[in-house]
Amino acid sequence: MTRDTLTGSRIRERRLILGLRQAELARAAGISASYLNLIEHNRRRIGGKLLVDIAQVLGVEPSMLSEGAEAALIANLREAAVDSGVPVAELDRADEFAGRFPGWAEVLATSHRRIATLERTVQTLSDRLTHDPHLAASLHEVLSTAAAIRSTASILAETGELEPEWRDRFHKNLNEDSRRLAESSRALVSFLDESNAGADRRGVPHEEAEAYFLAQGYHFPALEDGTATPEELIADAPDLVSDSARLIARGALEQYQRDAQALPLAPLKAALEEDGANPAALARRFGCDLPTVLRRLGLLPFEILGQEAGLVICDASGSILVRKPVTGFALPRFGASCPLWPIYTALARPHVPVRRNVVQQGRSALAFECLAVAWERTTPDFDSDPLYHAVMLILPQSDIPENAQPVGASCRICPRRGCPARREPSILKEEF
Amino acid sequence: MSRHVILIEDEPNITEAIRFLLTRDGWSVDAHADGSGAVELIQSAQPDLVILDLMLPGKSGLEIIRELREVESLKALPVLMLTARGQMKDREMAERAGVTRFMTKPFSNAEVLTAVRDLHAQASRQ
Repeated sequence: MTRDTLTGSRIRERRLILGLRQAELARAAGISASYLNLIEHNRRRIGGKLLVDIAQVLGVEPSMLSEGAEAALIANLREAAVDSGVPVAELDRADEFAGRFPGWAEVLATSHRRIATLERTVQTLSDRLTHDPHLAASLHEVLSTAAAIRSTASILAETGELEPEWRDRFHKNLNEDSRRLAESSRALVSFLDESNAGADRRGVPHEEAEAYFLAQGYHFPALEDGTATPEELIADAPDLVSDSARLIARGALEQYQRDAQALPLAPLKAALEEDGANPAALARRFGCDLPTVLRRLGLLPFEILGQEAGLVICDASGSILVRKPVTGFALPRFGASCPLWPIYTALARPHVPVRRNVVQQGRSALAFECLAVAWERTTPDFDSDPLYHAVMLILPQSDIPENAQPVGASCRICPRRGCPARREPSILKEEF
Repeated sequence: MSRHVILIEDEPNITEAIRFLLTRDGWSVDAHADGSGAVELIQSAQPDLVILDLMLPGKSGLEIIRELREVESLKALPVLMLTARGQMKDREMAERAGVTRFMTKPFSNAEVLTAVRDLHAQASRQ
């Protein structure tokens, strides 16, 4: 059946969407119900004034009924059928499908376009990882320079008596190579940052929400003083494009608002000036629980807390829901993080506060005091298990304490050998 | 008579460090910074051992090793490959092409020295 013979089907479809009975539409259009029935089953051709009248009753342009779905939609449906690889017996009836079920046809066509876009993205990212000449050249440059530095430094450190001529030459080489390493590393980071800043990143709702929080400095004065609601802030945030990101951001802002009400900024500031950032003392003073205090402290601006702080909140699966980075403590963007983080110890013992000094393995080896606790998000009942979340406040330390425990970021980029918590080999093991 | 090694490496400071290490260990070292001409140089010099970078201007380390292994007199020549590309597939490809030992950058001087001595000792026994 061709597109122009499906006018009746489209009239029926539209009528049913509006919830009109056949007799009602017939009466409004000045024809009998039996004649409309023939039209709707494409047994009578329709045009001219009658088509205009029916279109008016149905609230659409006559062309919507006579021409139906756009040719592009039908072409897209045919493409989807071919790309599926599954023989579609009704391929020649795509017009009819689009005419009778325009909503479903649009869903199918949109899904097909989305799949094609995602496939292109996957292909682009795979190509970038495997064949990107700039990335490959940059990594090669970094590793070659590191090899030269390591070898030269080793000679200088381990050779007992080194002739002055050789020593001067190696010192000069070290100086050149360290400068080259700094430049090539910076170029590599710039490249990766630019790669990450593309529109593709917007496809991940958590990252979209995180970018919004980062842009606000994780601080929302309007929620502190009650001059705006989370809904109003979301409505005023054009950067939150997707519905999913808005939903995530709204949930986080509502939590922020509750925490700010429990620990109002002015008295909290006064308490911090008097007693410092002592979470248990603050919980007692403000009559709230420890998770509230840790969340609140983790998102306070530097000038109020008096020091830098990072924050991680995860659910019972260990998936990170909120991540506020802090200098020197690597937080993985994708995939699972290090199981040695104190937040996971806390997750295993809900309500028991956990305090650990940790050193994150890697180039900088900085120390952090981590304060973590898990709490139930749902009210416990006899017949249902509570859902737990855990929070970890990360506070940088100036010195590395003796009892500091080594932790990583995620196994993929952790160089620590013989770690009992390792899930998968590190890429650093092979590459470095 | 000193043992002779040819080093094909385009990174001058790595070349300088390896030259220093091996010279102190009693090797005579000739270095070449370009992939092109490397096969001819090795063929004419007939060294005891070759240290070869993978990514070279002119001709890749893999092309060089494949060409070397086609020359009857160089089929058993010990070749130590040094590379920044350390993935398993790179290692397998290099070994299939005929590399005797594969080492990733950054390497330690002791590892290089040990590998060179081992490879030479193995070749001498054959």
